[in-house]
Amino acid sequence: MAGPPIYATTPQRIWYYGFRVLCGLIFFFLIAPILIIIPLSFNAQNFFTFTPEMLRLDPDGYSLKHYRDFFTNPDWQQALWNSVRIAPAATLLAVTLGTLAAIGLSQPHVPYRRAIMAILISPMIVPLIISAAGMYFFYSRIGLQGTYLGVVLAHAALGIPFVIITVTATLVGFDRSLTRAAASLGADPVTTFFKVQMPLILPGVISGGLFAFITSFDEVVVVIFVGSANQQTLPWQMFTGLREQISPTILAVATILVAISILLLMTVELLRRRSERLRGMSPG
Amino acid sequence: MKLKTVLLSTGAAMALAPAAIAQDMADSMTLVSWGGAYQASQVNAYATPYQEMHPDISMTWDESSPEAVAKLRAQNEAGNIAWDLVDVVAADAIRLCDEGLAMEVDHDELLAPAPDGTPASEDFGDLIVSDCYIPQIVYSTTLAYRNNVEDWNGTPETVCALFDTENFPGTRTLERRPINNLEWALYCDGVAKEDIYDVLETPEGQDRAFAKLDTIKDQTIWWSAAAEPPQLLADGEAVLGSSYNGRWFSAIEEQDQPISMLWDMQVFDLDGWIIPEGLSEERLARVKDFVYFATDTQRLADQAKWISYGPARESSAPLVSTHADLGIEMGPHMPTDPDNASNTLLYNYEWWADYRDDLDSRFQSWLAQ
Amino acid sequence: MTDAAADAPIPKPDAGDRARPERQEPLVAADGRPLKKSLQRSLRRQKLRAFGLVAPLLLFVLVTFIAPIADMLFRSVENQIVSETLPNTTAALVGWDASGEDLPDDAAFAALSYDLAAAVEQRAHTRLGSRLNYETTGISSAFRRSGRGIDDVGEIYLDQFVALDPVWEDSGFWARMIGAEGWAHPAPFAPSAQAQGLLPETAAAYTAFARAMQIRNDDDPAAEEPWAPVYLALQRDLSAADAGDVSAWTGPGAEQLEAAHAAVGGFESVPVRDLIADVDDAWLEHDVWATIKTFSPPYTPGYFLTSVDLKLSPEGAIVAQDDYQRIHVLLFQRTLFMSLVIMGCTILLGYPIAYLISNMPMRTANLLLILVLLPFWTSLLVRTSAWKVLLQQQGVINDTLVWIGLVADDARLTMINNQFGTIVAMTHILLPFMILPLYSVMKTIPPSYVRAAKSLGATNWTAFWRVYFPQSVPGIGAGCILVFILSIGYYITPELVGGTTGTFISNRIAFHISSSLNWGLAAALGTILLVVVLVLYWLYDRIVGIDNVSLG
Repeated sequence: MAGPPIYATTPQRIWYYGFRVLCGLIFFFLIAPILIIIPLSFNAQNFFTFTPEMLRLDPDGYSLKHYRDFFTNPDWQQALWNSVRIAPAATLLAVTLGTLAAIGLSQPHVPYRRAIMAILISPMIVPLIISAAGMYFFYSRIGLQGTYLGVVLAHAALGIPFVIITVTATLVGFDRSLTRAAASLGADPVTTFFKVQMPLILPGVISGGLFAFITSFDEVVVVIFVGSANQQTLPWQMFTGLREQISPTILAVATILVAISILLLMTVELLRRRSERLRGMSPG
Repeated sequence: MKLKTVLLSTGAAMALAPAAIAQDMADSMTLVSWGGAYQASQVNAYATPYQEMHPDISMTWDESSPEAVAKLRAQNEAGNIAWDLVDVVAADAIRLCDEGLAMEVDHDELLAPAPDGTPASEDFGDLIVSDCYIPQIVYSTTLAYRNNVEDWNGTPETVCALFDTENFPGTRTLERRPINNLEWALYCDGVAKEDIYDVLETPEGQDRAFAKLDTIKDQTIWWSAAAEPPQLLADGEAVLGSSYNGRWFSAIEEQDQPISMLWDMQVFDLDGWIIPEGLSEERLARVKDFVYFATDTQRLADQAKWISYGPARESSAPLVSTHADLGIEMGPHMPTDPDNASNTLLYNYEWWADYRDDLDSRFQSWLAQ
Repeated sequence: MTDAAADAPIPKPDAGDRARPERQEPLVAADGRPLKKSLQRSLRRQKLRAFGLVAPLLLFVLVTFIAPIADMLFRSVENQIVSETLPNTTAALVGWDASGEDLPDDAAFAALSYDLAAAVEQRAHTRLGSRLNYETTGISSAFRRSGRGIDDVGEIYLDQFVALDPVWEDSGFWARMIGAEGWAHPAPFAPSAQAQGLLPETAAAYTAFARAMQIRNDDDPAAEEPWAPVYLALQRDLSAADAGDVSAWTGPGAEQLEAAHAAVGGFESVPVRDLIADVDDAWLEHDVWATIKTFSPPYTPGYFLTSVDLKLSPEGAIVAQDDYQRIHVLLFQRTLFMSLVIMGCTILLGYPIAYLISNMPMRTANLLLILVLLPFWTSLLVRTSAWKVLLQQQGVINDTLVWIGLVADDARLTMINNQFGTIVAMTHILLPFMILPLYSVMKTIPPSYVRAAKSLGATNWTAFWRVYFPQSVPGIGAGCILVFILSIGYYITPELVGGTTGTFISNRIAFHISSSLNWGLAAALGTILLVVVLVLYWLYDRIVGIDNVSLG
C-alpha cells in the first residue's frame, strides 16, 4: 500500500487511484448494507429509517427496546430455542457421517468415487426450493413432515456437502506415511484414527461443522416446508416478519446474527491458519 | 394478587373435576391460526380463559392457516395428523370437508346453545356453510385510504375510487390474486352486482375485467400478506388499498394512522374452526371440550374486544362491548354493522372453485407481463 | 497444480525390475501367501474399508435427499387418481373415440354412477374434480354438484325391484348373491365368478359399494343396503341377459333373479343419460368426458406440457395454451435472463475486487478477504432485510437522495418490488461466490508473466488483456457457473423484494405447492429446473471439478 511507483506517469497514477476508489466503492456495496442495520436496530421509533433524533446523535433517538422485545417476546424466544435445538443436532449428524465418508473417499482405491462424490455434493447444488418440495412430499409420505427429526435430517443432508468439501481439502495435504508409521508401530486402526489422523484433520472437521451449523442455523426454505409450528426457527420467524408485520425487532435479531457470523468467521479463519501450520504449508 | 390466585386455583380445581370424570382427554393441543392480531384475539378470548380453567393443558399455536389445506393433505397422506384444531376461511373449509380431511360435526351436539336455549345450528344459521365448519367470525375484505392526501379531489365514496386515477391519483395496493379484484373491476366497469359472476364466466367478461385492471396496473403494489397494506398506507408507500377490515381497524384506531375506511362493496368471508379427520379419541375429546367452550355466545362476543370482526353467532351480537385497551365501542367497527353493510358483495365459493385455477394463471401471467 | 503433480504416478525405475521376479520363486508375504495374492487381498480389503466408511453417509443422503427428489420426479407424471377413482368408467371409455362428436354410450354413463357413488362415500370425488379442473375449467363443480345427487341415480328401479319383492331391500341377500363363496366381512369384498359372468355391471357396482363401505367406516356391507346405482346396474344386466342364462344361475337368489328378469321388461324406465343429466347437465358436455378419457392413463405428460405452456386438449392432442394463460415459459425466460444479469453484475463487481486482493501483500489481502467473507457468512435473511430497509420508498437510499436534493420528495424512486430490487439484492448476496473462485485462480497467476509482457513493450492494457486476463478465465468460468446455479433456484430474496415482475420460477413452484395445491405441476416445474441445474453442475464438474470447490 505504498502508493503507485515513483516513476509512474500521470495517467498511471490516475488509474492506480481510480482503481482503488472503484474497489473501495465495491467494498462499500458489500459491507454497508450489513452495517447499516446495526444503528437502525437501536432506533427508538418503529421505523426502518434514520429519524432526525438519530442523525443528531440525540440519545433519545436510540433505545434498546427492539432488543428487549426480542428477549421477552415468547415467539422470538421459541424461535431462538428451536434454532438452538435443531442446528447442533443437524451439525453433529452431518459431521460424524461426513468425516467418516471423507476419510473413506480419500483412500486411494474407492470404486465409483466420482459418482459417489457427485451424489454427496448434490444437496449443495440442487436449488433449495426443489429440495424443499421433494422433502415435503416424501417426508409427508413417511410421516417425518412436521417433526423435529424430519427437520434435523433435512438440515443434516444440506450440511453434508460442506463437511465433505472441507474435510477432503484437509486430507489432500495429509501425509499418508504418518498412518503407516503408526500402524507399523503396532497401533490398531481406531487408535491410529484418533491419535494421528483426527488431530491433523480436526481443523477441517471443525470448519466443516461450522459451515454445516450455519447452513442449518440460516436455512429457511426447507424448514418452512418440512417443519411445523413446533420447529419454527429464527430465520423462519424473520421471513414471516419480513413478509407480514415488519417490525424493527427483525433488525435487532439481524444485528445479533451478524455478531454471531463475525465470531464464527473468526473461528474458521483461525482454524484455517492452524490447519495450514500443522500441515506445514505456508500460511495464507 | 393473593386473593386472585386463590380464586383462580379454586376455579381451576372446580373446572377440572367434571372433566376428569367425563373422559380421558389429551393434555396438549396444537391449534392452527393466522398469527398477528387475529390469533392474539383468539388467545385472549378463548385460549387464555380455557387454560386458566385447565392449567395443565399446553397449547401450541401454529401460524399455518394460509397453507392449511396443503399441510393437512400432506399430514393425511402420511397418516400423521399433527393438528387438533384448524382455523380456516370458508372456501378452505368446504374444500377440506369435501376431501374428507375435516371431520363432519353435529353442530347442536358439539356446540353450546345460545343463552336463551336456541340450538347452535340456528344461532349460527346460514353461516354454517359446510358440515365440517364451526364459524367464529365474519370479516370482510374492504378498502381504506389515506385521509390526508393533498392533491385529491374530494374523498373516495365508492369502491370505484380505485379506478378513478383522475380524482384520486397515487399508488394503490391490492391483493395478489384474482378473487375480489376481478369482481370490483367489473362492478366499476358498469356490471350490475348480481350479474358479476355471469359476466365473469365468459371470455369477453374476463377480458373486460382485466382491461379495467390494466388501467391501474402500473400504479398498484400487489400484496400477498394482509399485514402489508396497512403498513404501506402508514408509510405513505400507497394511498388506497384493500385488506381485511380488522387490519385496517388496528392501523386506524390502535396505531392512530391517518387512514379512513371505505366500506362500499366490502366482500364478506368467514373464519372458523375445522377438526381434522383422524384424531385419536383422547385428542378428539379434548378438542370437543375446547370448542364447546371457545365458541359459546360469550366467548365469541369477547373476541370482539380485541379485533373488529363480527361474531358468527346471532346471540353474541348484543353482547359485543368495548375494545379491551382502547375502550371504544366495537359495534360500529363491525363489518356487519348496518351502516357499513349497505352495499356488500357476496363472494361465490362454488364459482371460484371452478375458475380459480384458470383465472389464477391468467392473473399471474397478466401480472408478470 | 502442485496437487496434480503429487498424485501423478511415480515413474518406474526401469523395466528390468519387472523381468527379474519371473525367473525366481514367486515372492511371498510374511504369512507365506504369494505376494501378488496378498496384495490383491489387501487392495480388496482397502476398497471394502473405504466403501464401508462411505456407505453410511451414502445411504443417509440417498434416503434423506435423493429419495425425496426421485419421489418428486415421480409426482410430475403420476396420474393414478383418475383410473383409481373411476375404474369402471375408464374401462367403459376404452372403446370410445374422444375426438369424435358423439357422447360415450350408456354403459359409460351407468359406470360413472357406480364409481361416483363410491367416490363420494370415500370423499375422493372433489379431489378428482380439482385434478381434472386443471385441464378443463368447470369440471370441479361438475363433480362437486354430482356428489350430491349421484346416489339417487337408479332410485326409480330400486322402488320397482322392492315393490316386486321386498327381498331386494335385504342387505344380507345382496351380499350372499353377489359375493364370492366364503367371503365374510373384514376381508375385502370380492364378487363371485358367476355374478361377474351373468351380472357384470351389478357385480362391479356392488363391489364398488361394498369396498367403499369397508374402507370408509369399516362397515360390513352385508349389513348395509346398497345404494340406488346398484339397482340401475341390475336393471341393465337383467334387461340384457337372456332367460336361459338366468335360469342357469346356481347361486343364492336364483328364484328372485328369475322373477326379476321376467318383470324387468315391464319396468318403467328412463334412459341412463337422462338420469345422469338430471344430477348435473355438465355430463352432457363432450369435453368433460373427453378430459376423463384423455387423462385416464396412470401416467401423464400433462404437467410437463403445462410447464412449457402447452396442454393436452380434451381430445388428446398437444396444443398451445391459450395466450393469456402462458406464464411458465415467460417465468423460465425471466429466471434465466435475470440470473444472467446477476451473473454479469457479479463479474463486473467481483473481478476488480479479486484482482485487487490477489495483488496485495498477504496481510492486507487477508484483511480484505475477511470483508468479502463477512457477507458470505451473514444470514441471507439479514442481507435481504437490509436491502428492504435500504430500497423502500421511505428507505435509507431514497431519504438520502431526497436530503441531498437529487430527488424530489414526491418523486421517490421505486427500487423495490421489481426486477431492479431483485437484481441488486441478489448481486450483493451472490458476489462472494464470484470473488472467491476468481481469487483462488488469480492467486496462482505468476506476476512475472505480466512483467515480462511489459518489459517487452506491452502497454498496461495489452499486458492485462492479452496476458493476465486469459489466465483468469477459468476463475470466471467457475464463478459464473456457481453464481448462475445458485441464482436460478433462488426463492427467498425474490419473494421478499421481487414484487410481481422480479419473481422467479421458484416462487411459482412454492405457490403451486402451498396455495394452488397443484403438486403435479409444481413437481414438473421443479424437474425442469433441476435438469437445467444438473446440466450446469455437470459442466462445472467438467471444467472445475467438484473436489476443487473451495470455501474460502
